[in-house]
Amino acid sequence: MNPVNYLYLSALLFTIGATGVLIRRNAIVVFMCIELMLNACNLAFVVFSRMHGNLDGQIIAFFTMVVAAAEVVVGLAIIVSLFRTRHSASVDDASLMKL
Amino acid sequence: MENLIALLIAAPLLGAAVLLVGGRRLDAVGHWIGTLLSTTSFVFGVILFADLLGKDAEHRTLTQHLWTWISVGSFQADVTFRLDQLSMTFVLLITGVGSLIHLYSVGYMEHDERRRRFFGYLNLFLAAMLLLVLADNYLLLYVGWEGVGLASYLLIGFWQHKPSAATAAKKAFIVNRVGDMGLSIAIMLMFTTFGSFAFGPVFSHVGDTSEGKLTAIGLMLLLAACGKSAQVPLQSWLGDAMEGPTPVSALIHAATMVTAGVYLIVRSSAIFNAAPDAQLAVTVVGAVTLLFGAIVGCAKDDIKKALAGSTMSQIGYMVLAAGLGPIGYVFAIMHLVTHGFFKAGLFLGAGSVMHGMNDEVDMRRYGGLRKYMPITFITFGLGYLAIIGFPGLSGFFSKDKIIEAAFAKGGTEGWILGGAALLGAAITAFYMTRVMLMTFFGEKRWQPDENGNEPHPHESPKVMTIPMVVLAFGSVFAGGLFSFGDRFLDWLEPVTGHSEGDSPLSAGTVTGATMVCLLIGVGLAYAQYGRKPVPAVAPRGSLLTRAARRDLLQDDFNHVVLVRGGEHLTRSLVYVDHTLVDGVVNGTAATFGGLSGRLRKLQNGFARSYAVSMFGGAALLVAATLLMRAV
Amino acid sequence: MSPQLAAYTTSTGEAFQFWVLGTVAVIGALCTVFMRKAVHSALCLAGTMIILAVFYLANGAYFLGIVQIVVYTGAIMMLFLFVVMLVGVTAADSLKETIAGQRWLALLCGVGFGVLLFAGIANASLKEFAGTGKANANGNVEGLAALIFTKYVFAFEITGALLITAAVGAMVLTHRERTERARTQRELAEQRVREGKNVPPLPAPGVYARHNAVDIAGLLPDGTPSELTVSKTLRERGQVRDVSTEALNDLRALEQRAEERLERTEIEPANLKRAEEASK
Repeated sequence: MNPVNYLYLSALLFTIGATGVLIRRNAIVVFMCIELMLNACNLAFVVFSRMHGNLDGQIIAFFTMVVAAAEVVVGLAIIVSLFRTRHSASVDDASLMKL
Repeated sequence: MENLIALLIAAPLLGAAVLLVGGRRLDAVGHWIGTLLSTTSFVFGVILFADLLGKDAEHRTLTQHLWTWISVGSFQADVTFRLDQLSMTFVLLITGVGSLIHLYSVGYMEHDERRRRFFGYLNLFLAAMLLLVLADNYLLLYVGWEGVGLASYLLIGFWQHKPSAATAAKKAFIVNRVGDMGLSIAIMLMFTTFGSFAFGPVFSHVGDTSEGKLTAIGLMLLLAACGKSAQVPLQSWLGDAMEGPTPVSALIHAATMVTAGVYLIVRSSAIFNAAPDAQLAVTVVGAVTLLFGAIVGCAKDDIKKALAGSTMSQIGYMVLAAGLGPIGYVFAIMHLVTHGFFKAGLFLGAGSVMHGMNDEVDMRRYGGLRKYMPITFITFGLGYLAIIGFPGLSGFFSKDKIIEAAFAKGGTEGWILGGAALLGAAITAFYMTRVMLMTFFGEKRWQPDENGNEPHPHESPKVMTIPMVVLAFGSVFAGGLFSFGDRFLDWLEPVTGHSEGDSPLSAGTVTGATMVCLLIGVGLAYAQYGRKPVPAVAPRGSLLTRAARRDLLQDDFNHVVLVRGGEHLTRSLVYVDHTLVDGVVNGTAATFGGLSGRLRKLQNGFARSYAVSMFGGAALLVAATLLMRAV
Repeated sequence: MSPQLAAYTTSTGEAFQFWVLGTVAVIGALCTVFMRKAVHSALCLAGTMIILAVFYLANGAYFLGIVQIVVYTGAIMMLFLFVVMLVGVTAADSLKETIAGQRWLALLCGVGFGVLLFAGIANASLKEFAGTGKANANGNVEGLAALIFTKYVFAFEITGALLITAAVGAMVLTHRERTERARTQRELAEQRVREGKNVPPLPAPGVYARHNAVDIAGLLPDGTPSELTVSKTLRERGQVRDVSTEALNDLRALEQRAEERLERTEIEPANLKRAEEASK
């Protein structure tokens, strides 16, 4: 097997995650789909690292994880406060920008 | 020593900031703060002057680079000051006369509630004027140029509760704007022509530039000078500017700011020397203005407006001299300095008279004041003798040189210019004698004003008379001090250059002719105003007199040609705007409005819907990238 | 196996692992998207992440593999579950689409994007693999550390600042400032009395003698269930068991059995069956 298959898997997971973001209404699930996309990217980075034979790709994946952690913390806090004020975790309910 | 240059400007600037920001709690001491900082600046000026005197003539240029102001590509503007003999002369004049007038204002503005603000504006003016004369490039000069315009506007309209003062301030500001536009165009032309607007590079590149471009720059600079120095055709604001407090008229509209145009022309001497057509225009403007101002000065009954006409005329002399080229530059500046002394002294005297006469300005209501105001009479009288060119006093030396230089221009031009200058000297003698006689001699003609307050003429307090005395000393001795041994010539020559020219008349002949003109002027005035009593109400007078009372119809001309013409032009433009431009614009707007009304439906407010658009966009980008790779 | 060959293919073991676990990972991802309940989605996602961790290990990223399990699956996913617990189950869980055309557009974009990505990867000439053997010669963690603390030290420091900011931000966002004093029990009781509503304690859930579970509404004297007796959370989730008809059915079954014993009438199987079912 050629390790490039990992990249196909990564692309597949990314696409599934992106589609999930678009079709799910529950903000928490949307968030999980975003995490899935980030993980798919990380897989690609790790495989790139293996391709090039240096560790820079792994470093980037590591930073992605850190940023994802920060993002999750803030994002979940936003969801909690949103739920508290609007009693809903649906992304469709946050549509005040509409006329 | 260079570092002192910035302090020259910083002191009055600090004063302006403190006084204008400080608020009411500084009301009690504000005027002394202003005077102190102005004097500080003068002391710095004297120190720098002493330093310059100690150097060789070639090394008398100091520069101080503070910081780079604008740096965009080849557009480099530095905040750099340049102190050479020319700026030094101005610095001493500005800070010296300025400090004296600060001191005078302490007394003159004593009963004004807003005295602190007045001193703040005066300090602001000093800072801007110093910036103007110390700038090392035209852009920085422009900052100062606008700064003095602002200070002038604020001070003319200082008594803004009077509609006439508010209108006069606006008039001065707007007319000055026309001139300022000339300066800004000149700066732009310089940048496109020379690639710089610093004095050094501009003057050194003059040699390899076509005469046409230099003429254009010169004419624009002349326009700027006309606006600031109240030269024909932008002269109309100066008479109305007398609405400001008298110290302002003395400092800004007689001694310093209005001479900025002369400074600009002399500073740009390298450009004018290489553009004879522009020089000719300068001389014509100067000659016309010197006669124009003098004629207006003869007809005015308002003492300050008569002096304003005189100022215009005297600056006309300076501009004429500056237009003569190297023959005249030094004398333009010399006359500028002596004029600074005697005209400021005359204005302060006029202010003193008004101070004692319940702010009456009509000379027909004065008369016989010499007994009541001896110090004012003597100082005013010395200023009077100086301005008409009485032998031995300041005006004699400087004006005489200008008349000689005008003849030395040579050819027909020389005769015409010299004749105009001579005629001007006669008229000067006439109107100044008229002012003198109507104010200090003859019967007393004052009457109670509408409130029934009889004026009680009295001498002004010491704080006002001391500056007048000092200025009177300047009016008497400055000219002699400058002329003996050609001191002033030697001092300025490294900056402006000098040549003698070939006069068709000998110096003695010119002086003699001037004396004759002087006597004719004085004699005529005496015959009309000294021998006969002055009527309390102005007689109808001849056509010329009536025109001169209306400033030779300049405002009417402006109104008919510029205002009416402008209105008609505007109306037709409005019509075009409404039908053609608005039609196109509204049509476009309606088209887009309809389109967006339909497109708006895409914006349904759901975040997920927008996410689809983003994702689709990302997909398109990937597709485009792949496509470009494939191609 | 020569080194040259190793650069083109992987070992059979790894290939086997990839195909098995890769399938599971894709199924997990699909489940994450399509599971109705957020809890299930979270668990599926955790599974996918663990599989990804195994892939990291297989690709020589030992440190990342462990971090993926400890930090991602262990910490972040648990944070998700925690928030799911806080928020509870909502109507947003429904998979029914409310925006017209959204689902089809999303699928179209997703498929199109996926195809493009696949095309891009296929288009790139990724035949040669250097492998991480050389880079990991001194150990994976040491190699990463050497890079992080030299080449990427500024990025590393900035991410530290980012994490602190995120922590503070989360606290600010979730912290609720109380604008008024919390009301005491006494005040609440007084308010109830003043309003004349629910003066005694709320009625207890459950039906005495037959059911005492909290998800069963208590019956009013007329036999109708009372909403008030069941916890608000269960009510909102729609997890209340309705037993209002159950008692009647039971009663009928009892009568029937009694009559049966007394041999009065024939057995009615349908009725009985329904009753039996209901009683379960």
